[in-house]
Amino acid sequence: MRQRSLTAVALAAVLAATTGCTVERHWGGNTNTGGSGKAKVGLVTKTDTNPYFVELRNAARATAQANGADFSALAGQFDGDNDGQVRAIENLRQQGANTILITPSSSTGVLKAIKDARDAGVLVIALDTATEPADAVDATFATDNFAAGEGQGAYVKAALNGVPAKLLMVDGTAGSTVDTQRHGGFLKGIGLTDSSPEIKGHTAANGDQSLAQQGMENLLQRSTDINAVYSMNEPMGRGAYAALNARGLTGQIVMGSIDGGCEGVQNVKNGQFAATVMQFPKKMAEQGVLAAVEYAKTGKKPSGFVNTGSAVITDKPMPGVESHDSAWGLQNCWGGKK
Amino acid sequence: MTTATAVSTKERESLGEFLLRAPAVGPALALIVAIVLFSLATDTFFDLDNLSTVVQQSLVVGTLALGQTLVILISGIDLSNAASMVVATLIMAKLAAAGANGFVALLAGVVLTIIVGIFIGGLATRIKLPAFIITLGTFTMLTAVSKLIAGGQAVPVTDGLLQWLGTKRYLFGGIPITYGMTLALLMYLGVWYALTKTAWGKHVYAVGNAPESARLSGIKVNRTVLSVYIVAGLTFGIAAWQALGRTPNADPNQFQLGNLDSITAVVLGGTSLFGGRGSVLGTLMGALVVAVLRSGLTQMNVDGNYQDLATGALLIAAVVVDRIARRQQQS
Repeated sequence: MRQRSLTAVALAAVLAATTGCTVERHWGGNTNTGGSGKAKVGLVTKTDTNPYFVELRNAARATAQANGADFSALAGQFDGDNDGQVRAIENLRQQGANTILITPSSSTGVLKAIKDARDAGVLVIALDTATEPADAVDATFATDNFAAGEGQGAYVKAALNGVPAKLLMVDGTAGSTVDTQRHGGFLKGIGLTDSSPEIKGHTAANGDQSLAQQGMENLLQRSTDINAVYSMNEPMGRGAYAALNARGLTGQIVMGSIDGGCEGVQNVKNGQFAATVMQFPKKMAEQGVLAAVEYAKTGKKPSGFVNTGSAVITDKPMPGVESHDSAWGLQNCWGGKK
Repeated sequence: MTTATAVSTKERESLGEFLLRAPAVGPALALIVAIVLFSLATDTFFDLDNLSTVVQQSLVVGTLALGQTLVILISGIDLSNAASMVVATLIMAKLAAAGANGFVALLAGVVLTIIVGIFIGGLATRIKLPAFIITLGTFTMLTAVSKLIAGGQAVPVTDGLLQWLGTKRYLFGGIPITYGMTLALLMYLGVWYALTKTAWGKHVYAVGNAPESARLSGIKVNRTVLSVYIVAGLTFGIAAWQALGRTPNADPNQFQLGNLDSITAVVLGGTSLFGGRGSVLGTLMGALVVAVLRSGLTQMNVDGNYQDLATGALLIAAVVVDRIARRQQQS
């Protein structure tokens, strides 16, 4: 009986692993390389349900259609699904893609598949997240997350108006590239280091709103004498806000966040966040597809890191910090007209 | 020499038997020790407001764990409870945002979790699939459903009734008590009563211990199993209400590990993963122990990874105690 349940568990695991990809096929045919004329663009995102990646995919598809390029989108099943992304790359090559746009789940996990594709003459561009090393792909079109963090830090510093910071930090998944870059950028922007006594505590909440709330509640038990909060993304910012609100501290605190989703901009409008920093996935997708079209026509490959920019969104602008208001933010959340 | 050995063996046996008879004693001791240690180690932990906060932090997982206890008592397991709860929070929030009456929205969410319970219970009893497989499947499906419903975006909740469990509070001996805490306590008391004082409770334990003997002694095993999944589904729906009381935002990305957290609370509470032995009182202690550890260690400025390390070690210790107690009972 036990043997049988084990077999069943193994079967279920195999099933779960093999259903990892969603597929939209638009073409058949052979491998095409640059200069052969028609662009065949394949997009591989981390997941296909996160609205950020949905925005990215929709923008890529629209740009491909407008430029007469074939387009196919695949995705991993969850954030960190390297295996699913490797299979997606293999499938796209099988289908004859001459450009692959990928938001790598992990900076290292998909490198071999990328190398194989490039060796076969496929143009590979990283969107949103850089690979490590960065030159594992031809080019990277992404938010400079360090700069985004720096924007948040600079805003919080300006809003404190000369008062020394008493800061609590809500981090994401410890050790992830984006988390490290935003965290480091924020500290640079506010003018602190990890060992500064101005940092009164930190908690890592893996992007989970409820964990961020619990972590913040526990930090506030140590001390409520704070005036600034860093949150690595908007869902965690909302969790932290709930904890601050329950203690009646929201009035004395400058809270910043990063992402620029429509919900996050709404949080700025409602006064929950003093500011958030918007990213532009739509730009990443558009520029990626245009590069693919160029490559198909002329064989010319882009190279290096192309920063698609970030913008501080706040309704309380501070001198010295360039920003847009929430009305602009709601029209442009994630770079898309709503 | 021989006498001394015999006496000490006898004493150990009686300790094992004691733990088997009262599985909540171990976790209660762990809870008291943790509270005392943190109160000595920090100036901030022993504070009525903080103790109230710690209880509120364990509400959602504690309510999930209440249903999970019932499921584990019949030697099942529910990997989909948190996912089902998250879908319920989204349904409640979406309906309220669309202008539905708060009560209707609440009811719709609870009905969903009960339907999931009926689905799992139905497959477990009719087709005799292992609960692990069924709930692995429902977990995957429900996670997808929550992302489809929300499109990944959080849904803010402003409806008073949906937030009521978290926003309404009163003072009891100086301790702030939310209605959510009161409701959770009543639910625990209700399930404790049903398990210890009613025929249904005796059937649950009997089915968990030895389903075949239970069937031979005239217990309707299938009906008991189905009823457990339905009651558990009801508690998961109420956990969704608790979650909206805590954070007035339905977010598809939260409680990603809620299923495992609820199992942790149940096992820390002394309920055997093999079924038939355990108590909801122990589960209550188990849920509180985890929240106390998190709160105390954070106030001591201990890194989150070390907090996870401590929780995991405690979990293994609890299973070891369970094993030793069982072995002593058998010998």
